[in-house]
Amino acid sequence: MLVETRPADPKKLIKGATADWEVIIGMEIHAQVTSEAKLFSGASTEFGRPPNSNVSLVDAAMPGMLPVINEECVRQAVRTGLGIKAEIHQHSVFDRKNYFYPDLPQGYQISQYKSPIVGEGEVVLDMPEGQVKIGIERLHLEQDAGKSIHDQDPNNSFVDLNRSGVALMEIVSKPDLRSSDEARAYVTKLRTILRYLGTCDGDMEKGNLRADVNVSVRKPGAPFGTRCEIKNVNSIRFIGQAIEYEARRQIGILEDGGAIDQETRLFDPSKGETRSMRSKEEAHDYRYFPDPDLLPLDLPEGLVDELKKELPELPDEKKARFQAEYGLSAYDADVLVAEKASADFFEQVATGRDGKLAANWVINELFGRLNKEGHDVQTSPVSAGQLGGLIDLIKDGTISGKIAKDLFEIVWTEGGDPKEIVEARGLKQVTDTGAIEKAVDEIIAANPDKAEQAKGKPGMLGWFVGQVMKSTGGKANPQAVSDLLKAKLGVE
Amino acid sequence: MSELTDLTLAEARDGLKAKKFTSAELTDAHIDAVEAARGLNAYILETPEKAREMAFASDVKLAKGEGGALEGIPLGIKDLFATEGFRTTACSRILGDFIPTYESTVTTQLWRDGAVMLGKLNNDEFAMGSSNETSAYGAVANPWLAGNTDKVTAKSALSDLATAGGAGVLVPGGSSGGSSSAVAARLCLGATGTDTGGSIRQPAAFTGIVGIKPTYGRCSRWGIVAFASSLDQAGPFARTVKDTAILLRSMAGHDPKDSTSVNVPVPDYEVAVGRSVKGLRIGVPKEYRVEGMPAEIEKLWHQGAEWLKAAGAEIVEISLPHTKYALPAYYIVAPAEASSNLARYDGVRYGARVPGKDITAMYENTRAAGFGSEVKRRIMIGTYVLSAGYYDAYYVRAQKVRTLIKRDFDNVFAAGVDAVLTPTTPSAAFAIGSKASTDPVEMYLNDIFTVTVNMAGLPGISVPAGMSSENLPLGLQLIGRPFDEETLFALGAAIESSAGSLPKAEKWW
Repeated sequence: MLVETRPADPKKLIKGATADWEVIIGMEIHAQVTSEAKLFSGASTEFGRPPNSNVSLVDAAMPGMLPVINEECVRQAVRTGLGIKAEIHQHSVFDRKNYFYPDLPQGYQISQYKSPIVGEGEVVLDMPEGQVKIGIERLHLEQDAGKSIHDQDPNNSFVDLNRSGVALMEIVSKPDLRSSDEARAYVTKLRTILRYLGTCDGDMEKGNLRADVNVSVRKPGAPFGTRCEIKNVNSIRFIGQAIEYEARRQIGILEDGGAIDQETRLFDPSKGETRSMRSKEEAHDYRYFPDPDLLPLDLPEGLVDELKKELPELPDEKKARFQAEYGLSAYDADVLVAEKASADFFEQVATGRDGKLAANWVINELFGRLNKEGHDVQTSPVSAGQLGGLIDLIKDGTISGKIAKDLFEIVWTEGGDPKEIVEARGLKQVTDTGAIEKAVDEIIAANPDKAEQAKGKPGMLGWFVGQVMKSTGGKANPQAVSDLLKAKLGVE
Repeated sequence: MSELTDLTLAEARDGLKAKKFTSAELTDAHIDAVEAARGLNAYILETPEKAREMAFASDVKLAKGEGGALEGIPLGIKDLFATEGFRTTACSRILGDFIPTYESTVTTQLWRDGAVMLGKLNNDEFAMGSSNETSAYGAVANPWLAGNTDKVTAKSALSDLATAGGAGVLVPGGSSGGSSSAVAARLCLGATGTDTGGSIRQPAAFTGIVGIKPTYGRCSRWGIVAFASSLDQAGPFARTVKDTAILLRSMAGHDPKDSTSVNVPVPDYEVAVGRSVKGLRIGVPKEYRVEGMPAEIEKLWHQGAEWLKAAGAEIVEISLPHTKYALPAYYIVAPAEASSNLARYDGVRYGARVPGKDITAMYENTRAAGFGSEVKRRIMIGTYVLSAGYYDAYYVRAQKVRTLIKRDFDNVFAAGVDAVLTPTTPSAAFAIGSKASTDPVEMYLNDIFTVTVNMAGLPGISVPAGMSSENLPLGLQLIGRPFDEETLFALGAAIESSAGSLPKAEKWW
């Protein structure tokens, strides 16, 4: 059942040849559960092992083998449910989804169909125009399939069952997304939440997070159009491209008087197109029924409360706290909380210091540099302690902002304690008024005409400050220079 | 010394402990009997070397006065149980020469307690059948012959079991037909079986032995080839109630590898054998008095009730109103689960594979060649009842019926009934081929008194209680409360002793 939750926003409409169109997007995210063992077997989930090394008798569906639920996967699903503010179902049921495929050894996937473990929740997106709440329909646990490999032999396909039976969370959104930007923001945000929770590493390159994207278009106010499902899109960029392409394709068909066929499509990243995979008529009849090998899943009394207590601070709360506690802008707070590691790094730097200054240095200097050199915050050559030390030196007037940038460069390339570097290399700001006064006097004496002009034109002060700074090698305290110049030039 | 193979399991156990004979002697006597009885086709894999090896190990322990509850006792194993290193096929061509690298939990526990494996026993393909005629290894002969059957003719007919019915050779029941035949023919002291709709109790009744299907969840299903997961349950066959009690104690127990196995203590069932049945309330359900029931079955049932009454039990008429829906509902639930359980036999990883031009053709060729017609029929029924548009009308309704059947039993137990007494089967064993080629429903009707028990997940025992007019064995069934197998052993023993010394199947094979 589709429930209308958002009015059309004129700014998000796509211009067609004859009309404006609204794109409606719903997503099914398959997130691999972070766990040591598979959902129903003790086999390892370790990535990158040789083919068919993480395969138990259960995973290979040997005769007489039975599934046993991995309770850690259940806890991870509950944690995730709590993280998306969803209703946790005390009672849920595992069903069999029946179909034949060589990488599906049992001939069925164990999933949750009618009774999922997690019900309705929400994810809040911070869009430029403000916050948007995206409804979550449900989250359920299911087994991943193995992998069929078709390019190793001209006549045979190979099957790798390492992934077979690994736990996935399928997180289904309501059809609440209205643009490719929102879709990308949604996946990004959901991934951030999963990473904070430690329930999925969100690594899309390894296939640990995949999206099925449902796209339809309509004229604003009209009922939902026929949707197409784009299967298994494995990067956030591709999700955006696939939606853009698919929306325009559908608009093109409708404006030419055609109708959309409900079908499953694939996104081809090399061409930037979606193409038909199978039509509704070719859709499988999965013959879902409750798996008789498993009892219904009844969560132990108190589990939800226990997990709720252990829940880490999530991005939305962290962002609000950063704004309140450190006086950060919404934008800066957003940037910092996007990755838990970044937020933690920032907090280490900011604790006991000027939060805004810390945010500036972390975001502009450090992240800028990390991005440029392909590092992430965990492998940063400059530690939170070093950056904090550097900020302390600015704050107590030991170095100027300009020198601080040089110092940052030194710490980045050579390492070391900022304070010791400043001492050793004589980078200390000159606060000795006598020395500064001497330099000021020299500059005024050398430029009598400009000194005269400055009396009537206070803007000239900047030029004098620049000259004094230059002559002192940038070490003079700019505030002291400015104060002295004002006095000597008689400028207010 | 009398024939070692004629001993009961308990007698053999006691004889071994008393060092009257060795497990090697006992095992060899059985190996010889198995070889001499190949015509019955009860064993589809004989493992004499393994048996001798195990017997030797048991004798070492017995000599030191050690050993488990089944130390040195030779048993036969239904081919549904995975046996490590020994071919396990569920008597289907689709498993080919599949040799598991693992051992089922139930057999692991038997070996743990010292039992000796004689070999693997025939059964209906994937346990689907009531006569053992659907086996890829062919039919099994019942060691019983009707009184007027010519033994010489019957023996010569064993060379072609498919037509042996014409010479009066009877089916041993099914699906555990190899197990029932082997135990009745004294080719082992006991055997394992599985029971999804009557596959232990009906063959036990047809061959004049004891068979118990314990409560669902009592024995682990791990390592047993699945037919219908919510109904399948392992249990023992033996020639006396006491022997099945001894076997069940070893077979039962919670297994963390089977989520549906139940963690309740396993009592010493042997103690319950011979326990007084005085004051027990026995329900006789009026709905089991089906139309066309032979008078001799009716008479036996009445006789059973009289015996229990004489032993001090109280007999009450009860009603299980949803009984008539059990069989049709069973033939929806069981095939539905089977259609999914058997999807793994796809030719990809193990067992038989018949190549095809693409993957779909390979699947089709493999499954067309690998499954027999009864299995195909049930896969098709199961696929149909789970299909979109039919699911609610069939599967969901069948599950509702199942709930009602269970409630029927709950109600009578809540009203103070301790066990229910019924006939095990509506008739004695029939001739090979006499029902297999007719309407399949005719065959399904064999399970009319037994399927309710599986649908309700209850324990049920079949005990030999008398002989038919053709001098064939007939059994009575006792149905108990969940996990109260002890009461069934007590009542079963009461019937057994009241029935007195019933004839044995005389060797003609």
